[in-house]
Amino acid sequence: MTDAPKRTPLYDLHVELGGKIVDFAGWEMPVQYPMGIMGEHKQCREKAALFDVSHMGQVILRGDNVGEKLESLCPQAFATLKEGKARYGFFTNDDGGIMDDLIVSNAGDHYFVVVNAALRHQDIPHMQANLDGVEVTEIFDRALVAVQGPKAEDVVGELCPAARELKFMETALADIGGVECRISRLGYTGEDGYEISIPEADAIRVSKLFLAHDDCEPAGLGARDSLRLEAGLCLYGNDIDQSTSPIEASLSWAIQKRRKEDGGFPGAARVQKELAEGAAKKLVGIKPEGRAPARQGVEIQSESGDTLGAITSGSFGPTVGGPVAMGYVAADHGAAGTKVNLIIRGKAQPAEIVALPFVTQNYKR
Amino acid sequence: MATYYSEDHEWITVEGDVATLGITKHAADQLGEVVFVEQRETGDEFEKGGEIGVIESVKAASEIYAPLDGEVVEVNETLADNPGALNESPEGDAWIYKIKLSDASQLDDLMDLDGYKALIG
Repeated sequence: MTDAPKRTPLYDLHVELGGKIVDFAGWEMPVQYPMGIMGEHKQCREKAALFDVSHMGQVILRGDNVGEKLESLCPQAFATLKEGKARYGFFTNDDGGIMDDLIVSNAGDHYFVVVNAALRHQDIPHMQANLDGVEVTEIFDRALVAVQGPKAEDVVGELCPAARELKFMETALADIGGVECRISRLGYTGEDGYEISIPEADAIRVSKLFLAHDDCEPAGLGARDSLRLEAGLCLYGNDIDQSTSPIEASLSWAIQKRRKEDGGFPGAARVQKELAEGAAKKLVGIKPEGRAPARQGVEIQSESGDTLGAITSGSFGPTVGGPVAMGYVAADHGAAGTKVNLIIRGKAQPAEIVALPFVTQNYKR
Repeated sequence: MATYYSEDHEWITVEGDVATLGITKHAADQLGEVVFVEQRETGDEFEKGGEIGVIESVKAASEIYAPLDGEVVEVNETLADNPGALNESPEGDAWIYKIKLSDASQLDDLMDLDGYKALIG
């Protein structure tokens, strides 16, 4: 028996807006609207775009010392995460690989966690089994909508003045259109913006309030992917997985100093060893010199023909105006400026290792 | 000038023994915004059913298959710098190859416009 594809609370709106619906991780989601991926991408970089991200898992953690307990599963300093703050993190396994990445918010009387759609069935039992005395509850009656772009503050702020006061990685409860929403200033595009958790029954109505703004248009998963790739943000399953360590994935910035020094999370031995000695491979930005996009799985070779690794995410970057990619290479070939070859359909195409992100992140700090 | 259609969503017009080949508007719409076209060179031989190039959209790469045997006599080189023409004018300026046909009887295996419309519904 296969599960029928699931629909988010915004499904009818996607259809009404002409969204092209595809199956994504078991969800019927819009890959694009009539504007097209390139137009939606540029809309987000230049004005504001609205994305349905309700397929992601929203989870509430209640109990004593939840932040401290989360530190037993994640290498982030969640014990010291202040109320009203959100932090990017990941679950690690005993081998120091990444089980999933997530956003944890301290909501005062509880913690609010957002995990990847495809991994909620792993993550929720993982937390239930390992967080003693913590009540782990998945929320099924709220949509999650992202409004992203330089005009996001205006689009959301006109309906919810409190949104203007939030800084990057801050979260609060606020009224939008007469309904209480959790609004967090963060996202997955490299732009300023918000992710807003809205009660299911009001999700379409509130989304339409955002879309009524002249500067806000709907965008699908296609643009979400090209935006996050240009912003150098990892996609779980492509760029990070159970085998890759956070150090290999160039995510050491997401592990706070105390945790690096003290360890005490699954796989800490590997992570600390790689911090001290360097990892054997490294996730880097790759800029093909020609126009051919280098997709996931494309082999990366040195100029002398040695295999260095493979592309993990690759597409056309509408803002860059050419192909962009990320992939793993042997660490001694990972310096920005290193020339490599990408083996696309049997032919070597020249490319260069570049610093991430491809576009400047535009967060409101 | 007759126009034929293949099940791989190509159009073919024939003048004498030279066929002009492109992708249909339906195919272009399905692909989404084209960002790169990989083409063969003048003089290359095509065998019916063989892969003769790749069209990449933002989303994915799609192969082009030869609807007929023949030899490439001209490549539309404007597509290298302007792949987006395949979205704007797939059945006009954005033709992909001109091919000298080896066996004109293979045209009989292709569809006319009515047949193609029935295929795409």
